[in-house]
Amino acid sequence: MSSHSARRRSPLATSAVILLALLVTGALYAVLSPRSEAAAGVKGQNDPIAAGRELFLANCSTCHGLNAQGSSDGPSLVGVGAAAVDFQVGTGRMPAYTSDAPQIPKGRVVFSQNEIDQLAAYIASLGPGPSVPTQDQYATKDLSAEQIAEGGELFRTNCAMCHNFNGSGGALTHGKYAPSLVGVQPKYIYEAMLTGPQSMPVFGSTLSQQEKQQIIGYLGTLHSQPNYGGLALGTIGPVSEGLFMWIVGIGALIGCAVWLGAKAS
Amino acid sequence: MSEHSNGSADVVPAAGAQGGLEQQFPDPGLPAHVHRRTDIDTAAARRAERTVARLFLLSIAGTALFVVAWFLFPVNGKLSNVATSRLLMGIGLGLALFCIGIGAVYWAKKLMPDVEVVEDRHPIASTPEEREGALAVLREGGEATGFGRRKMIWASLSGALGALALPAIIPLKDLWIRDPQAKQPAALLSTTMWTGGTRIVKDPTLEPVKATDIELGAVVHVLPEGIDKVEDPLDEKAKSAVLLIRLEPSEVGPAPKGQEDWSYNGIYAYSKICTHMGCPVALYEQQTHNLLCPCHQSTFDVTQHCKVVFGPAARPLPQLAITVDADGYLVAKQGFTEPVGPSFWERG
Repeated sequence: MSSHSARRRSPLATSAVILLALLVTGALYAVLSPRSEAAAGVKGQNDPIAAGRELFLANCSTCHGLNAQGSSDGPSLVGVGAAAVDFQVGTGRMPAYTSDAPQIPKGRVVFSQNEIDQLAAYIASLGPGPSVPTQDQYATKDLSAEQIAEGGELFRTNCAMCHNFNGSGGALTHGKYAPSLVGVQPKYIYEAMLTGPQSMPVFGSTLSQQEKQQIIGYLGTLHSQPNYGGLALGTIGPVSEGLFMWIVGIGALIGCAVWLGAKAS
Repeated sequence: MSEHSNGSADVVPAAGAQGGLEQQFPDPGLPAHVHRRTDIDTAAARRAERTVARLFLLSIAGTALFVVAWFLFPVNGKLSNVATSRLLMGIGLGLALFCIGIGAVYWAKKLMPDVEVVEDRHPIASTPEEREGALAVLREGGEATGFGRRKMIWASLSGALGALALPAIIPLKDLWIRDPQAKQPAALLSTTMWTGGTRIVKDPTLEPVKATDIELGAVVHVLPEGIDKVEDPLDEKAKSAVLLIRLEPSEVGPAPKGQEDWSYNGIYAYSKICTHMGCPVALYEQQTHNLLCPCHQSTFDVTQHCKVVFGPAARPLPQLAITVDADGYLVAKQGFTEPVGPSFWERG
């Protein structure tokens, strides 16, 4: 019997069985695997702190410790406040997949705003810290032109040394950098000033709420202006401009000179 | 030996040369003329002609672009058109001029005669008669001015020309005559507006700073109160700008002798003027507590009382002793005890 069936088996049968088994396993895994964020985010809707704790344990506790007390891989989150969570997770900086990089870059946002709010509620319950700003705290539509101009002065005194005169960002030490502020949502700029993420100092109470609004308003005005100079080259100052002129500009001149001096064939 | 043998190939061997260099090399003369493709091939010549014409037509297109951009994106009243209009006009005009240029060069290189031509030199001196004539004209002119006879004109002209030297010399007087009323540069560089009790105000709003408003990890850019009232606020700001930083006291190393009570509640005040070249040192990394100068990357460690940890700065940033007044506002305890900013001759 066995020899009979062995003779009948096509040489492709083994491969087909393996392929089928793989597909079934994969499909089962996809259906049954514990999807951390979604699974934890759904239950406990009516208690955001408990839901946030579930999310925290599943996604953050590896580095920040089971009680957010911090470890060698991540700082303590006690007292950082909801605003810090909303900024770090809302801009995709957290969860970070490595603590070796000189700086955690902004990345893909993996949580929904609802889940971020739950996480923020849990962290806020651990100790007092800045809460997530409301819309009217960072709204800039009521600012007058004078206030926006003053915002420019505040920006140049407090921010421009790291984030550059245009908010294009700039280098710090050992691979760290101040990120570009172009296109960053007003809420996140406000939260960054409030909490001082990574290398950034804290401007929670040294800049008033209105001063923060003025800075955000100035950045919005600055980045919505047309670029009268044409090619901006990243607006990072003389480095890119010098590089462009030395390589492209002088390169073109040398090319012309060589062509002028070459004998016609 | 010095005469030129035009194109001849005779070589004069060195007298008695024993395997040494030859004393004279043959004059290679002009290389044989190589014809260009456009000289031999009429089709190639026609192609080159068409290329030149195309370049000139492209130049016309560039001019047209300039004109069209001028009318299509009017600038008056519409600032948003400036970028587009100037970009297109620039490209158009650039194309127009560049294509005329390379068209002309291409024309010359490919189609105009390229045979080598020898032009003989001629003596450049004029004939003796012409030279004599020119000298006679000069002499006659000189006599007509009466320069030798009319002493008054001669003397006054010399005086006028001599006086003209003064504008060149006068500005140098500052090198050796100083205004006794003015402060000496060394004194100006050594002192700032800060004295005991000067209130600390924020830059640029000039609001006083409450010690309780400064959270951990905060940085405030501050100036001495009354800086807007002095004669030259910018000159004063260039010396008096100070950075307030609040640190966790446990993170800060032991203070230098006699400076133990210069901070207030973890708030430290350091001069913002780099001790290297005087740039504003203001890039503060909250986690590493490094203070970075944007000009030459001098790095100061705030937890070690602004010791230089990297870069060309020679000294730590001077610390300003601070305390609070009766109303809880931060004030300077005393002025800076050393000159702020870069070294200067008299600093020692």
